[in-house]
Amino acid sequence: MSQHTFVLNGSRVTVEVADDVRLLWVLRDILGVTGPKYGCGLNVCKSCTSHINGKAFNPCSVPVSKIKESDEITTIEGLPATVGRDLHPMQEAWLEEDVSQCGYCQPGQIMAAVALVRKTKAEGRQITDADLDGLRNICRCGTYSRIRTAIRKGADRM
Amino acid sequence: MAEHRRSPEDPTRRRFLGYLLAAPTLAVGVTWADAALGADEAEASIPSLPQPEDLFDLGDLQNLAALPTSGLISVQVDEDGTASFALHRTEVGQGITTAVAMMIAEELDLPIDKVRITLADARPELLMNQLTGGSNSVRSIFTPVRTASALARQQLVRTAAARWDVPEDEVATRDGVLSHRSGKSATYGSLAKVAASDRTVQVSVSLKAVEDFRVLGKPQNRIDALDIVTGRKRFGMDIQVPGAKPCMVRRPPTINGTVRAVRNADAVKAMPGITDVAVIRYGVAVRGETFGQCVDGLRALDVDWNPGTVDGESDATVLAKLRKARLPLAVPPLGALSVEAEFTFAFASNAPLEPDNAIADVRPDRAEIWSTLKVPIDARQDIARQDIARQLGLPVDKVVVHVVTGGGSFGRHLFHDVAAEAAEISQKMGKPVKLSWSRTDDFRQGRAHPMCVSRVRATHLLGNVLTYEQRHTSSETSFSHGLGEMITSTAAELPIAGNYTFAQTIFLLSQSVPYNFGVVTQLLNEIPLKFNTGSMRNIYSPNVVCAQELVVDKLAAKLGKDPVAFRREFLKDDRLRAVMEEVVVEGRWGRPLPKGVAQGIGLHAEYRGAVAVLVEVDCRPETVNRPISDGVTGPRVTKATIVIDAGLPLNPRGLEAQMIGGLNDGIALALTSSLHIKDGIPLEGSWDNYFYTRQWNTPPDVRVVVLPPTTGTPSGAGEIAVAPSFAAVACAYARATGTTPTTFPINHGELGFEPFPLQPSTPASPTNGLDSAF
Ligand code: FES
Ligand code: FES
Repeated sequence: MSQHTFVLNGSRVTVEVADDVRLLWVLRDILGVTGPKYGCGLNVCKSCTSHINGKAFNPCSVPVSKIKESDEITTIEGLPATVGRDLHPMQEAWLEEDVSQCGYCQPGQIMAAVALVRKTKAEGRQITDADLDGLRNICRCGTYSRIRTAIRKGADRM
Repeated sequence: MAEHRRSPEDPTRRRFLGYLLAAPTLAVGVTWADAALGADEAEASIPSLPQPEDLFDLGDLQNLAALPTSGLISVQVDEDGTASFALHRTEVGQGITTAVAMMIAEELDLPIDKVRITLADARPELLMNQLTGGSNSVRSIFTPVRTASALARQQLVRTAAARWDVPEDEVATRDGVLSHRSGKSATYGSLAKVAASDRTVQVSVSLKAVEDFRVLGKPQNRIDALDIVTGRKRFGMDIQVPGAKPCMVRRPPTINGTVRAVRNADAVKAMPGITDVAVIRYGVAVRGETFGQCVDGLRALDVDWNPGTVDGESDATVLAKLRKARLPLAVPPLGALSVEAEFTFAFASNAPLEPDNAIADVRPDRAEIWSTLKVPIDARQDIARQDIARQLGLPVDKVVVHVVTGGGSFGRHLFHDVAAEAAEISQKMGKPVKLSWSRTDDFRQGRAHPMCVSRVRATHLLGNVLTYEQRHTSSETSFSHGLGEMITSTAAELPIAGNYTFAQTIFLLSQSVPYNFGVVTQLLNEIPLKFNTGSMRNIYSPNVVCAQELVVDKLAAKLGKDPVAFRREFLKDDRLRAVMEEVVVEGRWGRPLPKGVAQGIGLHAEYRGAVAVLVEVDCRPETVNRPISDGVTGPRVTKATIVIDAGLPLNPRGLEAQMIGGLNDGIALALTSSLHIKDGIPLEGSWDNYFYTRQWNTPPDVRVVVLPPTTGTPSGAGEIAVAPSFAAVACAYARATGTTPTTFPINHGELGFEPFPLQPSTPASPTNGLDSAF
């Protein structure tokens, strides 16, 4: 057992848990933050996608000991606050396109989409079909087309 | 102010019965029996072979005859001006709660955001009506829910009219407000108490005519969308029950293997975070502080296993058994005048994205279960409760079953395997548990759509098709979730002759060839193998229809006709004809495409709806071999057009979503997703092994057209697009490559991944997740 401190959705948190427990379980089982979903625990399905210092990553595949005190972890719950609003533009686009079916994959989809748009903007270019093809997040309900439309819409407003 | 009174009652219009219930605020109830009768009458003009869901209704009527008011579903109006309804179906992503909220908003003249829908616990008195399957939800709810809502509105109008001393037909309702031209007005909330009844009385009402709909038939976004995109929506895994700590199971190396000995249970129990270890029916359960520690614990267990139920079986042995069991074709082949084909469909997983999970709190004298269950109630008993009660040795009324919103279902949640297992574990440990299967458990030990072989022979002469025979042979599909008993018990009433098994009955009732092909026979034979099976989205239809449409294309080619021209000539179903003509225009059938790229069309009518799908598939090497790490690429569907005649489309936006979902399922079944069985277990262990459609497989160009109403009844929508999409992709692939595939999915022959070891049964989570951050 040891103590781990990091910044979660804007607040500093400290948890006491074994070093090798993956961050996803620290978030879900200890801190009760359930936006990131468990879909595989193998860094494959991407339904747990969250942000570390603004970049998309999968907490199911990162031991809590690898998270530094200064690291800022953002889950879907903390996404709107990163833009100082009730909803992030990507979430609004998701609502307008009525993307969700069962919804289980969607927090992860949105977090991945935001990171993808940030990345392409930083590279000074628009989202392409190839960028969208490269998203690995599974949606077993098959909402892919609406996801593609929503990402383009959200990107225009970010 | 605009007048919103309804047209004066037409005395010839059908009235529906319900009850004002004794309650503190306005509450009305409707029995399924009355409402279902109304629905049947309204549908009398649509000739179609009864489908299973109709038969359930039939059975319900018999059962309900003796229960005048016990099977009530009810709508309540509360003082805050909202209407509430406890839905006796589960939501697994198909938008059923949204559709029901629309029905209530429509008849009650209430904004949709003032409608509250919750999921009802298991209610034995609702019998088979508490079953979400076979795409029957919306159809069977349509009349009862509207009736209850209309009764509530009527009672509010009566109450206001009496208060204001004006005739009832001068009271208008809109957006939750009652008004009179004199300027008087009142909100529903303000009258909710006054309108309440102090005793239960029977009342009747007529429903809005379709032409007067203001909510139904208009595109409506999902009512749970905001909760979903903010992460607030609670799935089974997210529910907190005091003391219900995470729990996972070490599972056997073959399907349904059992524990012979555990050598180090005490050592594992002493591991960090682990609280309990218990041997259960199909493995060893580990309970701990976090799921991650449960994974570590189950991996550390040293277990000896007994064999499972299909240890010697692999794809090849199952296929050989299926081939042996094929029923004979009756019409002798006539050389050049017959078209023959046989197709093999691999095992496929119906696992949703959310792994199977359940919470159980079993005490010596009572038990409480939380899980996503599509069939919390059986026709005669409450299966989930009954089974669990029997297993636990408790009286049924001491077992409470809560239905939880699910992260997808696709057939998986028709069963209560995980709920029963959670109960077993909780009882053995004497503590509450939150059980989750691992992803690998879901693929390797979870239920699957079984392998099957479909053989077709058609004969033709002088441009006419004389016979069409299809023999479908499948490894057994389990229906042991209540539908089976229901159908079997009403077998005497079914419009089919002979002594069929339940599976054959479902097959006969759900399949029919929509073409004028002379003498048509379609038969099913099943071989009893002890795999864990269950129906998957659209049950037999995806396989049967794919085989059928490929043979139709072959017949067209043989007769020198274009696939669409041939279908136009032979189709006997007018609704299918209409959706086909629309898809041909919308999807630009016959437009020039480069070599290696082709169009394909698939048609399917079921659940009282009709769908046509037209796709374009790119099979050129540069597309097929495009590189994606750890992902199957292969041919790409580049464009898809879907046209649906949904009878009476209630929510075009939701229908469109279901069409897109069905399309992606069809693409997966045709091109990429299957289970490879080897020595008694599937090799697949993750989503990079089981290749459901991904972004790099999905068409960048998808268009859905929902036709205007064609009948007075909403069709099913959740499953109907899978079969024609699968067929369209298969037909397009055959035309693009010049070869009709005979095994599906087309990539099943080669294993595109390195399987995870069979033991320990759940792989360790990686530790290098930060390397792939972007
Ligand atoms: S749960 Fe993290 S990638 Fe699947
Ligand atoms: S919405 Fe169900 S998995 Fe994506």
